[in-house]
Amino acid sequence: MTTTTDAQIGQKSQGILKLERRRRITMGVLFLAAAVFIWLVFATDVEPGVETRFMMNPGGGSAEAADWVFQSLPYLNMIAGILGLLGAFQIIRGFGKYTYGVLALVAILFIFGFLTWATAGGQTNLAGLLRVMVVRAVPLTLGAMSGILCERGGIINIAIEGMMLTSAFVSTVFASLFNSLIVGLLAGIIAGGLMGLIHAWLSIKYKINQIISGTVINIFATGITSYLSSKYIQKVEFQYLNEPGMFPQINVPVLSKIPFIGPILFSHNMYVFAMFFFVILLTFMLFKTRWGLRLRSVGEHPKAADTLGINVHRTQYMAVILGGMMAGFGGTYFSLGSSGRFDEVMTAGRGFIGLAAMIFGNWHPVGSMGAGLLFGFFDSLSAKASLLQVPLPSEFIGMAPYLATIIVLAGVIGRGHAPAAEGEPYEKE
Amino acid sequence: MAPVLELRGITKRFPGVLANDHIDLTVEKGEIHALLGENGAGKTTLMNILYGLYHPDEGEIFVNGQKLEVRSPIDAIKSGVGMVHQHFMLVPVFTVTENVMLGEEYVKAGGILDRTKAANKIREISNIYKLDINPDAYISDIPVGMQQRVEIIKLLFREADILIMDEPTAVLTPQEVEELFKIMHTMIEQGKSIIFITHKLGEVMEIADRITVIRGGKVVGSTTPAESDLNNLASMMVGRDVNLEVEKSESVPGEVVFEVENLKVLDPLGALAVNDMSFKVHAGEVLGIAGVQGNGQTELVRAITGLLQAVDGDVRLCGQNITHLSPRKITEIGSAHIPEDRQKDGLVLGFPITDNLVLNTYYLEPNSKSIWIDQKSINENGRKLVQSFDIRTPSPFVPASNLSGGNQQKVIVAREFSRPIKFLVASQPTRGLDVGSIEYIHKRLIEKRDEGCAILLVSTELDEIMQLSDRIAVVYRGKVLDILDAKYATKEMIGLLMAGIIPSEEEKQKLLTKKKQILMT
Repeated sequence: MTTTTDAQIGQKSQGILKLERRRRITMGVLFLAAAVFIWLVFATDVEPGVETRFMMNPGGGSAEAADWVFQSLPYLNMIAGILGLLGAFQIIRGFGKYTYGVLALVAILFIFGFLTWATAGGQTNLAGLLRVMVVRAVPLTLGAMSGILCERGGIINIAIEGMMLTSAFVSTVFASLFNSLIVGLLAGIIAGGLMGLIHAWLSIKYKINQIISGTVINIFATGITSYLSSKYIQKVEFQYLNEPGMFPQINVPVLSKIPFIGPILFSHNMYVFAMFFFVILLTFMLFKTRWGLRLRSVGEHPKAADTLGINVHRTQYMAVILGGMMAGFGGTYFSLGSSGRFDEVMTAGRGFIGLAAMIFGNWHPVGSMGAGLLFGFFDSLSAKASLLQVPLPSEFIGMAPYLATIIVLAGVIGRGHAPAAEGEPYEKE
Repeated sequence: MAPVLELRGITKRFPGVLANDHIDLTVEKGEIHALLGENGAGKTTLMNILYGLYHPDEGEIFVNGQKLEVRSPIDAIKSGVGMVHQHFMLVPVFTVTENVMLGEEYVKAGGILDRTKAANKIREISNIYKLDINPDAYISDIPVGMQQRVEIIKLLFREADILIMDEPTAVLTPQEVEELFKIMHTMIEQGKSIIFITHKLGEVMEIADRITVIRGGKVVGSTTPAESDLNNLASMMVGRDVNLEVEKSESVPGEVVFEVENLKVLDPLGALAVNDMSFKVHAGEVLGIAGVQGNGQTELVRAITGLLQAVDGDVRLCGQNITHLSPRKITEIGSAHIPEDRQKDGLVLGFPITDNLVLNTYYLEPNSKSIWIDQKSINENGRKLVQSFDIRTPSPFVPASNLSGGNQQKVIVAREFSRPIKFLVASQPTRGLDVGSIEYIHKRLIEKRDEGCAILLVSTELDEIMQLSDRIAVVYRGKVLDILDAKYATKEMIGLLMAGIIPSEEEKQKLLTKKKQILMT
């Protein structure tokens, strides 16, 4: 893709330019606010000479790394300084197409500042925190990619939660029955695909409002899995149906030996690696291939696609079924990748948060994974908040990512571009 | 040699309508064949059949003498038929290259897009036909005229030999129309054939080699520009003699009734859509607002009718400042509004005609007594207006959605004109109407003017503006560039202003004297 030339910018309406300018400045002010916050709240709270100690071993890993100890105050001042410079540059010139990358950097620096302050005079297991972050990001990112597949084709999918839950149940039963994780995994993916088919069928063939169709699927999935679970697989006599086992941890040769990075990224079960693989694959497929161009055209302007001979409904069926399969794969994570059994409503809203990650990530797989990691980080942090000396209930830390989502959805930072035709059933005249 | 395209006996029925009735049409190689007809005559249906979007109930299609089964647009594309749709079929967030190759992608192994190769091909086509297109630009960043050329490239990229152009001039400035005509000539020189669908007679006379006129789903005649003239074509199209000129006497402007001063209005995105506009409308005159669609007209109308809050400036009606008044207050002072989108803003489609006729007077005597609606009085009012405004309907109690576009518009006109009004905003009052209804609406507007009503006419149809207005304000990007006396204004002059070009005083005088001389002789 190429950048727009000056001539074309000249043709952009004044209004759009103004809007871009306003967003640029809003973003810059946000950066500056982060800098001021660190400086005023965190830095003033820390005594000079106090040290921050980050432990760099998550525990249980095969690589060893020394603890990272440093003076808290100079680091906080330095972070505030960097954020201030970034904010000033953003207001004056703007980072242009790198803005979102810089935003991510600012978020990371801010969180680092927060941790430095929270840990001042004590210690935090940074590596453990990050390792849990990656794990927690898996279902969110897989859910987000399910959403991306559907919505890039113009079908809203709020049924991710239900698809995941169904798949978690089905995979548990099949893996237990056949005593095979692979069979369970495949059964889960197929179950997700079938749920996708139902959603596609309701919203494409019968043109039922897609939100309603998705809600129906969610309610149905919660009801049926809870019923079957309490009636059968939670009972002692059917206990053999709820023992699927779990995918083992894989230590990638060489890479997992890297200190700090190794245990965080390269010592996991296959779901983490699958997440990275699918993010790369889907990005490539969407933006570099014929398949992706056609899928996106259907989500943006189905009539245009139709007049060029693209079968809109077939494309949408394919997208929603694939999306269902992706959610199905994500669903098996709960049973086969995380807990080794099925519990009622064990997805606990992760599918919906995946949807939020999709929007936060601007319908882009990489962005959604970034959002998934961010949400995962706060998830991981709130679990450990009691260990930190923070005068803040852990629930508030758990809230932070969702506050951020609301701010993003309100369009403060810049409105994302949802596929233009999503939610509208396409009808040939 | 066989003609490039032959349609024989094409018939298409929709529930209750015979849209195409045994239509025959022959297009020779290298000609521009105009398909002329009113809105609703069946032109677009016919072309959608040819393009595979509809399936005909009867009839055959031959391309280069070969019988063709068109089941989907793919079949049409394969046989060399392409269509530039009235509403562009472009994805705004895609680049030109992506839009052009969609459906016919250049790929490397494994289905990976070859954007460079496609972009080169587009550059090549752009050079041959002098289209001046940058393949890497995003559609949302380029102007409408250029978007249309992208649509044309889409067809040339697929090596279409027969190009259907559905009302291609509707969205263009007069200068862009000239450009388009040049491009059409280049395409003919390269051996393409063009079917040009339109209801604009002047354009047909200018560019067509042959003309086929359709009325009520039937072919009513075939002719050439040389054998025909405007009045002749118009009566063929409408089926009776039409008077193309609007008869009107010199206006007798009275005092200023309506005034806009330094008005600023934002669009939904927060950009200044109306940027410092000022003008006055006198009693007994029509002020026309000319301009290409999307230059602030919609926001202007919404602001002066109270539907949108202005951010700055004043609007005065009969000496009263109405800038921040509610629509009802403004209506009560004596303002009337014929909205741009009659189905969305003008009528409640599910309501019967009678109720639609009292949408802004239902709460007043005699339609209401204290808190009670007087249905009898409303029905009486409905019967009376249906008759006096010649609304063609089986009964005044059918829902407004059952009426044709022309009759729907008559309901709005009847509602607004049956109250005592001093000022009227008419926004696109004849868009999409048949010639009969257009004549009727125009006559009523001039009548209202002669009664001393001040009229603000907003239209993107330049002909309509020139026929009705006494003065013409040309808007561009939210500003009034100039206000011209309609007697001396030429299409050329207005066209320049519509494109944002302000002619120097010297040029302006030259253009104006030209018109004066024509008037003298």
